Amino acid sequence: MSPGDLLRLEDVSREFGGLKALSQVTLAVGRGEIIGLIGPNGAGKTTLVNVVTGVHRASAGRVMFEGEDITRLKPYQAARRGIGRTFQVVQPFPDLTVIENVAASALFAGSAPALAAAREQAMEHLAFVGLKPLAERHASALTLAMRKRLELAKGLAMNPKLLLLDEVNAGLNNAEIDQALALIRAVAARGVTILIIEHLMKVVLSVCTRIAVLHHGELISVGAPNEVVADPRVVQAYLGKRYAATAAAHG
Amino acid sequence: MKRQALIGVVLFAVLAAMPLLGDAYTLRLGTTVLMYGVLAMSWNFIGGMAGYPSFATAAFFGLGAYVGAVTQKFGVPMPFAWALGGAFALAFAGLLGMALLRLRGHYFAIASLVVAEVLREIVNSATDLTGGGMGLNLPVPRLATVEAQAVFFFYAMLAVTAITFAALLATTWSKLGFGLRCIQQNEAAADMIGVNTTLYKTSAFMLSAVFVGVAGGVYASWVHYIEPPDVFDVLHSVKPIVMALLGGVGSVFGPLIGAGAYLFLEEVVWRHLLEAHTAVLGLLIVLLVLFLPRGLLSLATRAKGLAR
Repeated sequence: MSPGDLLRLEDVSREFGGLKALSQVTLAVGRGEIIGLIGPNGAGKTTLVNVVTGVHRASAGRVMFEGEDITRLKPYQAARRGIGRTFQVVQPFPDLTVIENVAASALFAGSAPALAAAREQAMEHLAFVGLKPLAERHASALTLAMRKRLELAKGLAMNPKLLLLDEVNAGLNNAEIDQALALIRAVAARGVTILIIEHLMKVVLSVCTRIAVLHHGELISVGAPNEVVADPRVVQAYLGKRYAATAAAHG
Repeated sequence: MKRQALIGVVLFAVLAAMPLLGDAYTLRLGTTVLMYGVLAMSWNFIGGMAGYPSFATAAFFGLGAYVGAVTQKFGVPMPFAWALGGAFALAFAGLLGMALLRLRGHYFAIASLVVAEVLREIVNSATDLTGGGMGLNLPVPRLATVEAQAVFFFYAMLAVTAITFAALLATTWSKLGFGLRCIQQNEAAADMIGVNTTLYKTSAFMLSAVFVGVAGGVYASWVHYIEPPDVFDVLHSVKPIVMALLGGVGSVFGPLIGAGAYLFLEEVVWRHLLEAHTAVLGLLIVLLVLFLPRGLLSLATRAKGLAR
């Protein structure tokens, strides 16, 4: 592990009652990386994000961010440190307008000193994700694809160094996924480090610089995308033999 | 915001002229409306803005009344005694909030409801200090006439109401108010975007206590005599909620309008239907809340919509 790592999980475990959701996970994420986190349902992917953001506290091990121990931080403190996230199930404030939703992130976690400045910043982020025309709508009136974009804008408004994207593409059609991918690349180009939880291998393989695979709470493989998809343990646990065969035939 | 502040100034200027035209009865009713206006606006901080259904208003009211009364017994001048009532309620809400605000929804409501009962029992048993069940007499201010006293307490209550209104208006447009709206809609999500939810909720709870404490102190001086079942009455918790619902929850003017409308209805119904007045009043309120879920204030917005 190099000192330039932005995020480092050291032997992190998390138990719920008797269930080990995460078991001695050690993982380093370098600045500027787009790292994909894959694994079957219930593998502990969202738990890992929750441990990093302070929603759950690690039962054992440490979470380091920019060289500092953030294991015991609360969610709002992690947010102010520069860890932004989006939710698998989108979580807008339904009675606020779209721009107010984004302004809230800029005001409470981001760099905006006051409400007026927060609204200005929010408008820039909305323009970036293509939601500017809907700025004054209520968040509850948006379609799923638009809500996913709103989640991204909210995440960006937090002015994050690390952005955790939890299934931002789930439920989107192909055209919408392509747009979302372009957005993710554009965010990374701004210098934001990204950890993305994703089920669609197409997405993972096209944007990620590295992939980490969780299975039953254990990290079974980490590495470059082509190495990981060829890893027999990953094929066994997640991808399936048929996928491996097609990948080999095409690759 | 400027428009709301302007309407507020006009409203309070009109209210300030009331003693010039009103008789003793109108003045007493006016003071009561203002007092309940303070209670309803205060509840709005925690119940309307943060979405935590607090039933602790009676606890803060009784605490303020007793702190005001006991400190005057020891020679503290009246206005300072009132301020002390507010200060005690503020500090008490801060401590209480840290424990109670971990609960949500019904659990929070029940826990906050119990607080007034506990305080009432404590005041009941601390006979040496509070007079216990026999109650406590307060010094009557040295004013020439009964009318002058009525006018004096009307203006005292008006001042507390104006300060509460100003605080409500300022909070609505501040970072705190914005954060509370986020908490009300989705507390977990608010936490994730950097809102210090514990601090914000506790602040709202303290704001919901301080002015109620002062109003309790003023009330004690106004009526010259308090006893535990009177000032810790659960109705001091329930009525402000009904008033806020009636006027418009979470809004700036709603609670004050609701307080006026409620007490007006109460007087009218009571005068004409002496025997069945509580039943009729209850029915009226249920109907109003059913058909106007966003309160009387929403009538104004609807009228605007129709006019277009």
